Amino acid sequence: MMDKLMIVEGSLENVDGGFAFLGRLPYYRGLGLSMIEDIQVTIDGEVIPRENVRFSVRGKTYTLDEMETVYDDRWNFGEKALITALKPGGLAPGAHKLEMAVRNRVSYLPFVPTTKCVKELALAA
Amino acid sequence: MTSQIKRGVSLYSYQNETFQGKMTLEDCIRVSAELGARGIEIIGEQSFWGWPEVGVAQADIDNWHALIKKYDCVPVSHDYMLDYKRYKGRPMPFEEQVASVKKDIDFGAALGMPFIRSLVSIAPEVLVAAAPYAEEKGIKLLTEVHAPLHFDHPWIIRMAEMFQKSGSPALGFLPDMGMFLDKFPPVWRAKFERLGVPAHIADYIVKAYEDRVLSEYVILEVQNMGGVGPAIAMAETLRHNAAFEPKRMLDYMGMIHNIHGKFYEMTADYVEPSIPYDRIVEVLKQGGYNGYICSEYEGNRWIEDAEEPDSVEQVRRQQVMLARLLGEPETPALKAAA
Repeated sequence: MMDKLMIVEGSLENVDGGFAFLGRLPYYRGLGLSMIEDIQVTIDGEVIPRENVRFSVRGKTYTLDEMETVYDDRWNFGEKALITALKPGGLAPGAHKLEMAVRNRVSYLPFVPTTKCVKELALAA
Repeated sequence: MTSQIKRGVSLYSYQNETFQGKMTLEDCIRVSAELGARGIEIIGEQSFWGWPEVGVAQADIDNWHALIKKYDCVPVSHDYMLDYKRYKGRPMPFEEQVASVKKDIDFGAALGMPFIRSLVSIAPEVLVAAAPYAEEKGIKLLTEVHAPLHFDHPWIIRMAEMFQKSGSPALGFLPDMGMFLDKFPPVWRAKFERLGVPAHIADYIVKAYEDRVLSEYVILEVQNMGGVGPAIAMAETLRHNAAFEPKRMLDYMGMIHNIHGKFYEMTADYVEPSIPYDRIVEVLKQGGYNGYICSEYEGNRWIEDAEEPDSVEQVRRQQVMLARLLGEPETPALKAAA
C-alpha cells in the first residue's frame, strides 16, 4: 500500500558527499525505527551499499545499522524522512531513475514485507 | 423501527488522504459527523504522531477532546498494535508485553475511549494479565476477530474460553466484517487483472470462490491452467478469506462491543458487492447488538495503483447503506463545501 507515494516528487537533491530525497513509510501507521530492517536505495540501476545510507527524521540522523536498536524514535505515518545516499560527487544534473525499497518487521504478519517504489526524478542543475 | 445500533467511522478509512496531508484530524472528524457517524475510532499511532515510542503531547490530546466536543462526536476505540517483534531476533518478553498493553490502556483512557482494539495475534495470556488494569481504567480490551480467523477457529474459541474463565468484563471481541466475504471483491479482481491475470483465470477464481471451493484446490487448478505469479497470488487470497457465517457472532454477542464495518468498494447505488451487510445487520439486530458499526474502508490499497481513492465518498456511500439497513429516517449527507 502507498507504494506510489513513498518517494516524494521533486525532492531529489545533491548534498555534501552524495544525494538525498524525501521518503515515506508505505504503511497505514508508523513504525519504531528498530523494526525498519532495510531501506535499499538504487540510482540509475546502481545499488547504494547499505552502510552508505542515512536516515533522518526531525533533526536526528541514523545509519541503518544504528536504527536496528533505536527504541525511542519512530518513522511516523506519512512522515517525510530525509534519505541520504553517500556517493562522492553526487549526481549529474538531469533525470535519474530512483528506486526505494523498504523492508519492515511487522509483528502480526507471518512474513517480512518489502515494498518498492520507482520514480524518475529530475535533479535541478 | 430504528435500531439501537449506532454508526461510526474508523479514521483508517481516510488513510490515503491523511497520509498525504490532504485531510487533517479535524477534517476526518468533521466529515464523519456530517454523515451522522458520530462514533470515532482511530489507530492511535496513525492519528497521533509519536505514539507509542516517542509519546504524545498533552496539547494533542487536548485538541482531540476539543474536536470531539466541537463536532458532537463520541470516542469509540483506540486501535493499538503491540509490536512484540520490536527486538530483532527475539520476541518481546511476556511482562514487557503486558506493560505495553497497560501503556495503551492509559492512552485510550486519556482519549476518553471505552475500548482499545487488540490485534488477533496477541496472546490471550497477555490480555488476561492486563485485564484488571483495564477494569480500573474503565477500558475494555477487544480482540479483533479478522479473516482468516473467525468465530469457529480454535484460536478464537480458546481465547473466548480464557476470557470467560478470567471472569473479567474487560475482555471481549471486535469482529471485522471482512470475515463474511460472500463474493470475490470486484476491485480485487480488477487489480489482479491490471497485474496481468488473464480474464479466463480471473473468471474461474471468482466462480470458484462463489462455489466455496477449497482454496488449495483452486490454487492447484490455476497452476494447471498455466497461471503464474499474479494468477497464483489471486488464487492465494482464498487462503486468507472465506465466506464465514455471520450467525456465528450470536454465540458471542455478549462479548462483542464494537464492529469494524470493513468494505472494499461501495457502488454508486450503495451496494458493497462482496460483503452481505443486509444479512450482517439482521444478525446484529437479532443478537441485540447496541454498539457502533465503524466504517473501515480498505479498498484504497486495491485501487491506488490506477486511481486516486476518494475515501470520503466511499465512506458516505457506506453510511447511507448502513442508515437504511438500520431503519433511520434520514439519508446521511455531506454539507456542501463552503
